[in-house]
Amino acid sequence: MALLQNNFPTFLQGFGYTLLSSIIALIGSMILGTGFAIMQIVPQKWIQKIGNIYVQVFRNIPLLIITFFFFLVVSKYIKMSGFTSGTVALMLYTSAFIAETVRAGILAVNTGQMEGARANGLSFAQAMRYIVLPQAFRISLPSLGNQFINLVKNSSILAFVGGLDLMYQGNMIAANTFDTFSTYIIVAIFYLILTLPLSYYIQHLERKLKRAA
Amino acid sequence: MEKAKKRQFGIIATIVLAAVIVLGLMWATATATKNEEHKDTLERVERLGRIVWGVKADTRLFGLMDTKTGISQGFDIDIARALTVQISKQTGVPMSAEFVPVSSSSKMQLLKNTNIDGSVSTMTITPEREKIIDFTDQYFDAGQSILVRKNSGIKNIRDMNSSKYTIIVVVGTTAATELAKFAPKAKMLAVQDYATGMQALKSGQGQAMSTDNAILYGFATENPEYHIAGNAFTHGPYGIAFDNNQGPMIKQTNRALKTIKENGIYNQLIKKWFSDVPGLDWHSLEVK
Amino acid sequence: MVTLGIFSAFTPQNVLYLLGGLGITVGVSIISVILSLIFGSIVGIIQFERLPYFSKFVGTINNVIRNLPLLLIIFFVYFALPKIGIHLPIFWATVIAMSTFESAMLAEIVRGGLESVDIGQFEGARANGLSNMQTMIYIILPQAYKKMIPPIISQLISLVKDTSLAMGIVLSEMTYRGQIVYAQNSTYIIPVLIAITLVYFLLNYGLSLIARWADHKLA
Repeated sequence: MALLQNNFPTFLQGFGYTLLSSIIALIGSMILGTGFAIMQIVPQKWIQKIGNIYVQVFRNIPLLIITFFFFLVVSKYIKMSGFTSGTVALMLYTSAFIAETVRAGILAVNTGQMEGARANGLSFAQAMRYIVLPQAFRISLPSLGNQFINLVKNSSILAFVGGLDLMYQGNMIAANTFDTFSTYIIVAIFYLILTLPLSYYIQHLERKLKRAA
Repeated sequence: MEKAKKRQFGIIATIVLAAVIVLGLMWATATATKNEEHKDTLERVERLGRIVWGVKADTRLFGLMDTKTGISQGFDIDIARALTVQISKQTGVPMSAEFVPVSSSSKMQLLKNTNIDGSVSTMTITPEREKIIDFTDQYFDAGQSILVRKNSGIKNIRDMNSSKYTIIVVVGTTAATELAKFAPKAKMLAVQDYATGMQALKSGQGQAMSTDNAILYGFATENPEYHIAGNAFTHGPYGIAFDNNQGPMIKQTNRALKTIKENGIYNQLIKKWFSDVPGLDWHSLEVK
Repeated sequence: MVTLGIFSAFTPQNVLYLLGGLGITVGVSIISVILSLIFGSIVGIIQFERLPYFSKFVGTINNVIRNLPLLLIIFFVYFALPKIGIHLPIFWATVIAMSTFESAMLAEIVRGGLESVDIGQFEGARANGLSNMQTMIYIILPQAYKKMIPPIISQLISLVKDTSLAMGIVLSEMTYRGQIVYAQNSTYIIPVLIAITLVYFLLNYGLSLIARWADHKLA
C-alpha cells in the first residue's frame, strides 16, 4: 500500500488520461460509427460499398497496428503526440464496431416505420433522424455499452506509444519499483472502477429489455 | 426442470471446474519447485551443457536480429560466445551458447523466471538493480547521451531543459530515471523498444532520443542526418547480469571476462564492431 | 525512398521470418480458442444454472476478468505471477493470459446462448425420460452452440488481432517480427506495416466470411 501512497498522483494522472482518451474516442466513434452505419443503409449501392469496406478493414486489423501507423507514419506529415495518435486510432477502430451495432439496430426497426414516415412526406434524412435512429439507439443500447467498455479496455494500447495512460504509468512504476505484482493489481482496480459499474448497468438494462419484449 | 436434478448438474460442473483449477495450480507449483531446484545457475548450465543468453534484438552494434538465422548479431552476442567458450574451458564441461531476444522492459523478469541464464544486453550496473540481480565486472564502458537531428541547434542536454522539448526514452532503461536529474523541465516520452523510439524520433514525436552513447552510435551510423550532441552526461558501464545470489556463476564469468580481455579477444571484438563508427574514438574502448 | 523500401524490405529471408511470426500468431490463437471454449463453456453453464452462492461467485470473478484490459492480463501473467512463484515460458504465458480473458468473454456468450434456448425443450426432453445431464448434452448444448458459432468466430478474430499485444512481452509473433524487420532500415516501415496489415486482414476477413456463411446456413 506504500506503493499506492507514493505513486498516487501518477496513478491518478494515468487514470485521467485513460478517461479523457476514452471519452474523446467515444464521442468521435459514435459520430463516425453512426455515419458509416447510415452509409451502409442508403439506397445508393456505391455508398454502401464504401461504408462496408471501411467497416471490414478496421474490424479485421489489430488496433496496435493502426496505432503504430498514426504514431510512426502519419505523424511525419501531421504532428501528433502518442496520446493523440492512440486516441485517433482507438476512435477509428471502435467506430467500425459501432457502425455494425447501429446498423443492426436500424435493421431491427420495423421497415414499415420508414415507409410510413416517407409516405407522410418526410425525406430519407428526416425519417432517419426523427423516426428510425432514436429507436435503433434504444434497441442497441446494451451493445453500445459493451463497445464502450471495450473502448476503455482498449485504451491501454496507449501504453505502447507513450500515451501517459493508466497502463503506461503502471509499466513505468513497475519498472522503477520492481514491485510488478502490487502495481498491476492497483492498475486493475483503477480500470475496474471505470468498467465494472458500466458492465453491471448493461446487464441490468439487458434484463429489463428482455422482460419488456 | 426439477431443482434437485439441476443442482446435481451444477455440482458436476463445479467439480470439473475445481478439478481443473487444482490441476492447474499443481502444475504451476510443480514448475515453481522445479525452478527452485535449479537455483544454482552454474550447476544448471553445466548439467544442461548450454548457457541461454538474453540479448537485444533491436540495437545495432550490440544486438540486432538477423532475420536469416533468427539470431541477433552484435558485440554483446560475440562477447557471450567468447565467454561461453572460456567458461567451458575453465569448468571442463563443454557448453554451447543459445540466444533469446529480450527487451529493456522484459530482461529482468526473464532472468528471474530462469527463461534465460544470463543477460548480455547493454545493461547498466545500478545499485537498484543490484538489489534484485547480480552483475559481473563491467564489460563495456558507456554513458548517457542524446541523439538529435544535425540541424536542430541542440548542443547538449542542458539545451533541452525546457518544456518545449520532448525526449524519447525506452521503458525500463536507466535513461528514464537519469533524465529527471539533467533536464527536469523537458517532457519525456517512453516507448517499448529502440526500433519504435528511433521511428518516433524520425517522425518528430520528440526532438531527441536519450540512452547510452554506445547504442546511439549505432543509430547515428544508420541515419546520417542525426548525430550525438555533447559528451556523455552520466557514467554507467555495462555488466553481465545473472539472477540473485549466483556467486559461483559470477566468479566463473568474471574469470572468463578477465581472460578474454588479456588474450586480446576482447580488443578484436571492439575493433570488429566499433572501428567503423563515425565520430567514435574506438581505441578508447580497448583494454590496455 | 518508399519504393526502394518495397524492393529491399521483402528479401526471401525477411519474408520467411515474418511468416514464422504468423505461425506463432496463429498457434497462440488456435490453442487459446480451444482452451477458452472449454473453460468458457464450463463457466457459462455454471452461471446459467444459478446455483446458490457458487454461480454468483463464479459470475463475479468472470465479470472482473471480462472488464480488465487484455494487455494488463498479459503483463500480469508474465511479469507479476513469477513474484508468487508461478514461472511460465513466454509462449504459454501468452496462451494462458489470452485464454483467461477469452474464457470470460465466451462464458457470457455461452450463458446467453443457453438462455436463448426455449424452456419448453427442457421440459419436453425430460418428459421423454432423458436425465438432466442427457438433456443438456444431447438437446440443449448442440442448439445453443449452433447459435453461438458466429459470436465464437468473432472472438477468434479478436484473438488473432490481440495476439499482437504480446509483443509487449517480446513474444516473437508477427507484429514484433515486423518491427525487427523495420529496425534494419527505417525506410522499410511503411511497406512492412502495409504487408502485415494485409495478412491480418486476409486472415480475419476469411474468418468473418466463414462466420457469415455459418450464420446463413444455420439460420
